[in-house]
Amino acid sequence: MPHPAPAVFAALLLAASAAGAGEIAPADRRSGFDQMGAETRAIQRDDTANPGMLAVADGAELWARPPAAGAPACADCHGADGTGLRGVAARYPAWDARSDRPIDLQDRIRQCRRDRQGAVPPAYESPDLLALTAFVALQSRGEPIRPPADPRLDRGRAEGRALFAGRMGQLGLSCAICHDDNWGRRLGAAAIPQGHPTGYPLYRLEWQGLGSLQRRLRNCMTGMRAEPFAYGSPEFVALELYLAARAAPLPVETPAVRP
Amino acid sequence: MARTLINLPKTAEPGAVVTIKTLLSHPMETGFRPGPDGRILPRNIVTAFVCRFEGEEIFRAELFPASAANPYLTFTWTATRSGRFSFTWQGDNGFDQTETAAITVG
Amino acid sequence: MREKQPDRRRVLAGTAGLALAVTLRPAVGASLPRTETTEDAIRRFAGSARIRPGRVALDLPPLVENGNTVPLGVTVESPMTPDDHVRRIGVFNERNPQPNVVTVHLRPGAGRAQVATRIRLADTQRITAIAEMSDGTYWSGSADAIVTLAACLEG
Repeated sequence: MPHPAPAVFAALLLAASAAGAGEIAPADRRSGFDQMGAETRAIQRDDTANPGMLAVADGAELWARPPAAGAPACADCHGADGTGLRGVAARYPAWDARSDRPIDLQDRIRQCRRDRQGAVPPAYESPDLLALTAFVALQSRGEPIRPPADPRLDRGRAEGRALFAGRMGQLGLSCAICHDDNWGRRLGAAAIPQGHPTGYPLYRLEWQGLGSLQRRLRNCMTGMRAEPFAYGSPEFVALELYLAARAAPLPVETPAVRP
Repeated sequence: MARTLINLPKTAEPGAVVTIKTLLSHPMETGFRPGPDGRILPRNIVTAFVCRFEGEEIFRAELFPASAANPYLTFTWTATRSGRFSFTWQGDNGFDQTETAAITVG
Repeated sequence: MREKQPDRRRVLAGTAGLALAVTLRPAVGASLPRTETTEDAIRRFAGSARIRPGRVALDLPPLVENGNTVPLGVTVESPMTPDDHVRRIGVFNERNPQPNVVTVHLRPGAGRAQVATRIRLADTQRITAIAEMSDGTYWSGSADAIVTLAACLEG
């Protein structure tokens, strides 16, 4: 299995004890876009060059097509072009009364597929789920991330915050050590971003394809030598709740491009 | 069918040089990379791209494993008359796909 | 492109507060022999013709954020007329498993000898583009790119 250079992380850990910048104030929040090279920013900026738009086009087709004979297409309820969902992705994760828990955008789409469209919900990281999620999230591009002020979400958000700040894995690192205390510095040759989930699903050059926020979080956890949470786990939804609050009011960038 | 994104202006003045951008969804598996089981994944790349205008070749490219996944190619064309472009990608495992796009000149 | 290689080179240097580390991306399949030398591939493209430096400009980021997808532009000085145009441009690498990057065939109707694509760079290396003109002369340009390893790779 591939691993990041352990020496890099070990050095970061030593540095961390002296740091402690803490949480990032709303005015200081920056998208990872700002730290990318000009060439990578140019790929994201141009929809005719952004390979993430290939998946968005797939999503538009899935949106319009009934998943099974006699079942409604997404477009039948939400409108043909998806613009009726403008701003929706900027509010997720949100409370789902039916399942009595917080739910993220991809789980909302899976739930819709299963409960309202009579289809098998697409698997996590499957091309169909990434494409539909990217198509829905694109409708909110440019909208500020606006987590709902719903007290039922408070507990999950607090859990997510604790997960973000807590040390995990064999290296004893935490999300916060990199993304609160050391953003703007370098880990290896790569700039450490603040770690805001503004562009998911996004096209990562390393992946050579589109991937979800949970895939990215699993990468981070592997880097910290921690056992990654399972796709769709409550821990990930809790982390996503906190990350959305931590990123607001940065604008949605889907489909973003990152190194 | 693999997803393609083809971008060119719908209209152009005669004599104008237009830029044509093409993007194809394709893994461009190099044939040099081991898979999860440690064995080399078989090569699966697009090897040839041709753009024709009204049947006449205007641009051609030979691609190799050093092309990035989801191959992207841009090139130019001097607008002469209205007509139809065809874009053909061919490659390993019988990959063969053609898309078209029209332009109005005048 | 991201598999661990035993010969990964590391440079580690401390700075105030946070250690700075530079990890150079290892050659893809470093244990695999190259299919052909760069020189042989260039000779297959240009035959025994003399290749002169000039007329060819490459647009390549000097510091590559990820070797999997590197934007590359090539522009050749040419009027692109029926009497004087670029016929072909061959692009070659030094350190990928195979020396060819892309070969394009142009017609005078292109108006400009200007193409762009995205390439893979397995390691820090020089990229060379060679243009064959309609008068049978060959011209070349090159650019260097430093390829770094992403810090957090897929587990």
